[in-house]
Order: sequence, then C-alpha cells, then structure tokens
Amino acid sequence: MTALRISGLRLRIGEAEILRGVDLDLEAGRIQGLAGESGSGKTMTGLAVMGLLPTRARVGGTITFGDRDLLALTPRQRNDLRGTDIAMVFQDPSTSLHPMLSVGAQLTDHLRHHLRLDKASARARAVELLERVRIPDPAGALRRFPHQFSGGQRQRVAIAIALACSPSVLIADEPTTALDVTVQAGVLHLLRDLAREMGLAVLLVTHDLGVMSAVADQVAVMRDGEVVENGERHQVFTAPAHPYTASLLASLPGAAGGVRTLDDVRALEES
Amino acid sequence: MTPLLEVTGLEVVYRGRPPVRAVDGIDLTVGAGEVLGLVGESGCGKSTVARAVCGLVPPAAGTVTFEGSPVAPLGLRRRPVELTRIQMVFQDPYGSLHPRRPVGAQIADGGRTAVRRGAEASEPGWWLERVGLDRGAARRYPHEFSGGKRQRIAIARALAARPDLLIGDEPISALDASTQAIVAALMRDLAVESGAGLLFISHDLTVVRLIADRLAVMYRGRIVESGPADTIWEDPQHPYTRALLAAVPLPDGSGTMPEPPVDGVEFPLEAVLR
Repeated sequence: MTALRISGLRLRIGEAEILRGVDLDLEAGRIQGLAGESGSGKTMTGLAVMGLLPTRARVGGTITFGDRDLLALTPRQRNDLRGTDIAMVFQDPSTSLHPMLSVGAQLTDHLRHHLRLDKASARARAVELLERVRIPDPAGALRRFPHQFSGGQRQRVAIAIALACSPSVLIADEPTTALDVTVQAGVLHLLRDLAREMGLAVLLVTHDLGVMSAVADQVAVMRDGEVVENGERHQVFTAPAHPYTASLLASLPGAAGGVRTLDDVRALEES
Repeated sequence: MTPLLEVTGLEVVYRGRPPVRAVDGIDLTVGAGEVLGLVGESGCGKSTVARAVCGLVPPAAGTVTFEGSPVAPLGLRRRPVELTRIQMVFQDPYGSLHPRRPVGAQIADGGRTAVRRGAEASEPGWWLERVGLDRGAARRYPHEFSGGKRQRIAIARALAARPDLLIGDEPISALDASTQAIVAALMRDLAVESGAGLLFISHDLTVVRLIADRLAVMYRGRIVESGPADTIWEDPQHPYTRALLAAVPLPDGSGTMPEPPVDGVEFPLEAVLR
C-alpha cells in the first residue's frame, strides 16, 4: 500500500535549483532508502514532505498523502499532520532534543496537543513508548533530561517522540550518523522492527551505503536534485543500473565491486 | 633502531569532578615510513592521544618521545622549531583552514616552517599538484572548494612543513563516502613517500585497514588489541574488536543486519598484542 507519493517534486531557493523533479513512493511497512552525496538534495526531499522548508523556497510538483496534496495545504492543515501522521527523526539527538526540558515533557507535549490526552494517559503512553524503544527504567526516564542519556539512548528517545502519535510515515534523516557503530547497530534494529510491526512507511535519508544495505528494502540514489536510480536493494547494490551508482559503490571498501586493496584505491584516484 | 615516535605508559587526565581519565596507560610506536591506524569509538581517548603526541595536552604520567627527545607540552609561545616536524591534519577542513586567506598563502606557511628548520624552499603550487589539485587553486579561497578538496589542501599545508611525523585526527570522517578511501590513501602515500611516519586516527575500520600497516584498537582509554592490520581485520582476538567489527554494516546489498553488542556488557581491558 502506498502511504505517500512524491511526484515531480521541484524546489528552488533563490537562483539555486535544489530539486529537479523527484519521484518516490513510500510503502507501508517498508523502508525506502534515499542515498546521495552531500548537496544532492536528499535532506531537502525529506523536509519538503514534512513541510519544513525555508521560507524562500519555491516548490512544484505534488506530495500525495491519502487523498490530499500536502503542498496545497494551509499552514494550519500542515500543522495538524506534522507530528501526528507524518513524523521526523533528525541526525543529531543532542540538538534535536530540548536540553532544558525533561524527556517526559518532550514526550507528552504533542500527545496532549494532538490527541487531546489528559496528563495521566499521556504519561502512561510515554512510558509505553520508552519501553518500546528499550530505554531502561522508562518511568524514571521521564523525569530525566537529555544530557543524562547516552547518545544512542537519546536517539531512541527522539524516535519515541516521533512515534508518539502513531504516525504512518516516518522521515529519518541520517538517524545514525552521529552515533558510534556499536550503538548504530542497535538503533538500526529498532528502526527496522518498528517499520515492520507498526506498518510504518519510512524514508531513510543517509549517505552511508552500509546502513542503507542493512535496513532499506528499496534504495533510491540522488544526484544534483534528481533520483538517478531507484530499485530493490539487492539489485541496486549488486547490479546498479546507473553509472553514478556504480561509481559510488566502486569507491567503497566492502561493496560488491568496491575497493579491496590500497592499489584499488590508488587506481580510483588515477581515473 | 629507535622508532620515530615512542609513547610509553601515557596517561592523560582532564580536570573536573570527577576527573576524567581519558587515556589510561597506553604504549605505542610509529616508525619512519610506517602507518599506524588508531581506531576506536567516540570517547575512547584516541583524539586525546593525538593531542598528547603533539604536545597540546600535558600527560599526567608516562612519556612521549619524538626521535629520542621528549615532546614538551605546548605553551603560549611559538613552539620550538624542532617540534614543527610533527604536523597534524584535523577532522574538519571547514574549521582548520583560514576562511579569508588564499589557500596558496596557507600552504606557504607550512613551507616557511620547513625553511626555518633549514629545508629547501618550496612552492605552494607544487604541493597542490601533489595532492591532486591544480596549481591555479593557490589563488582561491577555502570556500570555493568541496570538502574533499579542502581536506587535500589541509594535507598539502601539513606536508609543506616537511614533517617527519604526520598525524591525522579523523581526517576523513567529514568527507563524502566516495572520497574517504581516496583521501586516506593519498595521505598514506604522500607520508610514506617522504619517509615520514603516519598516525592515522579514525573510527572507520573499513577504510583504516586499507591504508595502515599496523592497527591499534582503543577502548576506554586503553589499547585492547594491536598488530598487523590484515591480521586484526581477518581474525580479531579481543572481544571488543570482534564486537566492533560485527557492528560495521557492509554495503553489499545483502540486507545483513549489523550485530549490536549485548546491552550493558563491559569488555575486558586486558590487551591482546600481536
């Protein structure tokens, strides 16, 4: 089932053309990866879905969610969807969480606003969520502040906040880039399990093709504001259709056809 | 033969309540023309080792000797000319290059440092060519370059000072994935060619093992495993090294999930040395 459809998404900021017609379908229960180098427009695609673009941005195309075009909604209608039906997890939990508010406050604020829950049931829901993302002592954690958690736990809290109102679409922008690999592994397991169990449609934006290979079902590769390739994970990694994807993979140690020795890397530099 | 850099029993403690023992007794050596990869996760103390080696933080115990004489902690004055033979390439080329000076002038700074020690004068353009950029780039400013090119400029500046020991503190982690291996290999080749030793610090094992001769794995301020890079990559002995390698997701398209270590498990601190 298609949860969200992006078609012909174009974006200009001033003179710069950031997106030149992006098409992507997000399916319920599946993780759609969006890869690309810095500046390729992958983050902007995620922000366009969330409606968090800079004010000077001019957008074209459509983003269909249910029977509505997100780009045609009023700011008030957007606000009703943002955080309830479409949620986002950002790269760095130490800046995306409010440093001076307790985890409990950050977890119940939007629950009470969007779902009109009373204090006690919002709290109960918060404990349940923290349990779901495997934070030790969930009830006690509500009283604590972001700095009292490790980096991995902080990102789990950020994920819990995103999932609080049971969204159907989750935009995860480099959710593990700020984490150590051993911590990253745990968060990736969590993301994949959540997508499966809750039927979440996930847009996973990352430049890390290793992460992509581990959790994405479908992989799209962006360059200069365009999706150059979009296909099933195994096919994109082992038999890339676009030369750009092939060249990206060729530069990575550990990829099929990637560099294996120092001499392979030197040969890349020569070419 | 005495190694170029010898670190013995190094301990570094940061003041605070409680004090943080960032480096807790490590030994390492780097020989001329040798590449040592120092890997570990955030907070393990690897950057503190780099800072102690070039005198930016004073050791609480242990010694750092460079060609037989101790590295004095850096004071407020200009550092002794001898110690400019240790050069560093930092993580973020956006921060480490001066934004308002042409890159040629910044590379020339490195060249002048070498001249003060009696080395031959060199042209910035020549160094730019060595790191794979055009000579014409000398007149341009850092913001005109991509991250990968900026890091090449930072490498050129460090090499222009003709170091005997080059230290890279996470020099590739701010770069796009497709340029990481290339920049790391460039750094290795240029250092080794000039006969310098290279201490390459990174958290990315997949790249480090390609360019390092030896690896040292750090965990909680200690070196828990060290030995030839290939041996460690193929046959890790220490439980922490194993956990670290198992957690690295490979871009092979197989959908294999990386293994997270069991929650709350502490790894032993006894070292495996090979």
